[in-house]
Amino acid sequence: MLNNKSNQIMKVVIYVVCILLAILSIFPFWIMFMNATRSTTEIQQHAISFLPSGYLLNNLKILLGKSFNPAVGFTNSIIISVGATGLAVYFSTLTAYALVVYDWKLKKPFFSFIMAVMMIPAQVTMIGFYQMVYKIGMTNSLSMLILPSIAAPSMVFFMRQYMYPALSMEIIQSARIDGAGEFRIFNTIALPIMKPAIATQAIFTFVSSWNNLFTPLVLLTDQKKYTMPIMVSLLRGDIYKTEYGSVYLGLALTVLPLIVVYLILSKYIIAGVALGSVKG
Amino acid sequence: MKRKKLGQGYSKWGYIFSLPFVIAFLIFSLYPILYTAVIGFTDLKGLGMTDIHFLADDPFRNFKTILSNATFQTAFKNTVIMWILNFIPQIALALLLAAWFTDKRSTVKGQGVFKVLFYMPNIITAATVAILFKSLFDYPMSPMNDLVMSLGISDKPIQFLISKNVSRAIVIFIQFWMWYGYTMVVLTSGILGISPEIFEAAEVDGANRWQTFWQITIPNIKTILLFTLVTSLIGGLNMFDIPKLFMLGGPDNATTTTSVFIYNQAFSGSYMYNRAAAASMIMFVIIVILSALMFWLMRDKDEEKVQRQIRQQQKAYKARQKELQREAKAAAVAASSSVTDGKEEA
Repeated sequence: MLNNKSNQIMKVVIYVVCILLAILSIFPFWIMFMNATRSTTEIQQHAISFLPSGYLLNNLKILLGKSFNPAVGFTNSIIISVGATGLAVYFSTLTAYALVVYDWKLKKPFFSFIMAVMMIPAQVTMIGFYQMVYKIGMTNSLSMLILPSIAAPSMVFFMRQYMYPALSMEIIQSARIDGAGEFRIFNTIALPIMKPAIATQAIFTFVSSWNNLFTPLVLLTDQKKYTMPIMVSLLRGDIYKTEYGSVYLGLALTVLPLIVVYLILSKYIIAGVALGSVKG
Repeated sequence: MKRKKLGQGYSKWGYIFSLPFVIAFLIFSLYPILYTAVIGFTDLKGLGMTDIHFLADDPFRNFKTILSNATFQTAFKNTVIMWILNFIPQIALALLLAAWFTDKRSTVKGQGVFKVLFYMPNIITAATVAILFKSLFDYPMSPMNDLVMSLGISDKPIQFLISKNVSRAIVIFIQFWMWYGYTMVVLTSGILGISPEIFEAAEVDGANRWQTFWQITIPNIKTILLFTLVTSLIGGLNMFDIPKLFMLGGPDNATTTTSVFIYNQAFSGSYMYNRAAAASMIMFVIIVILSALMFWLMRDKDEEKVQRQIRQQQKAYKARQKELQREAKAAAVAASSSVTDGKEEA
């Protein structure tokens, strides 16, 4: 009886905490979406509203009338994120394939090397990277934000861990007997087998590339090349100082696609986080 | 063994397939690291400058300047404080939630939805989150001030962001808010990886929730806790987006982190690439030492135990061998008479 009662209390505590945390996750974004539809005067009177108002188009007009250009930011971010994700996924799987399928002298040292450099954050190398890119005059080239993802050590590590049990050598051997070349075997046999791992890694690479602020902030000076996070940083500028509604709308425009995609893919994303941690 | 056989004659493909990775790594990672290190020993500064001149008189001048720089010291302190104060509640809450969500004695309904919501802030652009929180706490009119005045806590709007501690606390909160969901998912998967029999055995033995958690759950997810600690530490030491866009490192450098400091040194003001590079290298060395140290700390204990066991077993084995030899000798003497019997059996 006593145990049952304490169990009941425990359950109530758990749900109260979980619901409070859930509200904490939603509240800032809810306020943001509501204020995106409200006029500056309305926000000045009461900054919290749980219901929308009718000034969405008006806010949009003010927002787009200044330096904030979501279409440009969106396009550039898409180009960079898709490019970076595609390259990272393909070449990481290829490198993992080299580590799993073939036997070569430097295989072990190469793998140890990948483990060692996995933790190096990009930020501590930024000065040298910037100087290198500046010297060859490519600071405003989106390719400098895409090409580095060919070498993604932590993804190679993940792909290798996944590939070891998933890929059977018998299939590869029989494809060889059928006369398929090594590249064809990789593209037609290994890549499809790796699909689940690729999907998980693709989502995370895409999101982190989309959200990256540091590298684009250092490299890009041309407004036409700005990515979404840099566009967002413009909202902090003085030109939007009194335009509360527009600032919220600008923020909302950058959050909305992410939330929509997240809610559609959330199952896979959370499974991916769990998988990544166990394997890594 | 099988893999080895099949790989014969194909070894060149191992090199060919890893070549793109190696080339990209050399150009985009290794070269920039070395270049950054080199710049740390030069007088490279000024927008658009690329020519390097080594500091012949005092090669470590930039490093000395940075280490004695008051702003760098403040930035370093801020970074460490903000990481610790967000990590402790983050890991505590994540552990608590993970323990609740994996408890077999009472399942939490709707935990799928909770997980989705708790993880959500993590995928939102940090730049957006920073500016959103700035707007939420703005002066004179912002949702927070609206709340404070509606609840009657204050009758005038409060200038929250003028206070160093409040600004720092908000940055800490944002980091906590963005990452506890991620940590919770990671720890949950770790706990689910523990064999259920151990939990059942504990329950049979009459262990309560508290005992089960400390005696079984925690020791069994040590590796994942370490993983979380190291990745969070490295992320924390590179904290940039939130402090940079929330209060631009202010007020009065209260939220300036080392990454913000490095950025400001190199890409604003007098473009001190050399000092920024020196600061980067200092951070690089700290990160390498810390992560190596933590791996060593955690790995050592288990391995030592195994090593000790192996040594003990070897000792026991040797002793047993000696014993056996002695017995064999004795037996040989005794058996010399019955050799013929053995042969017959064979």
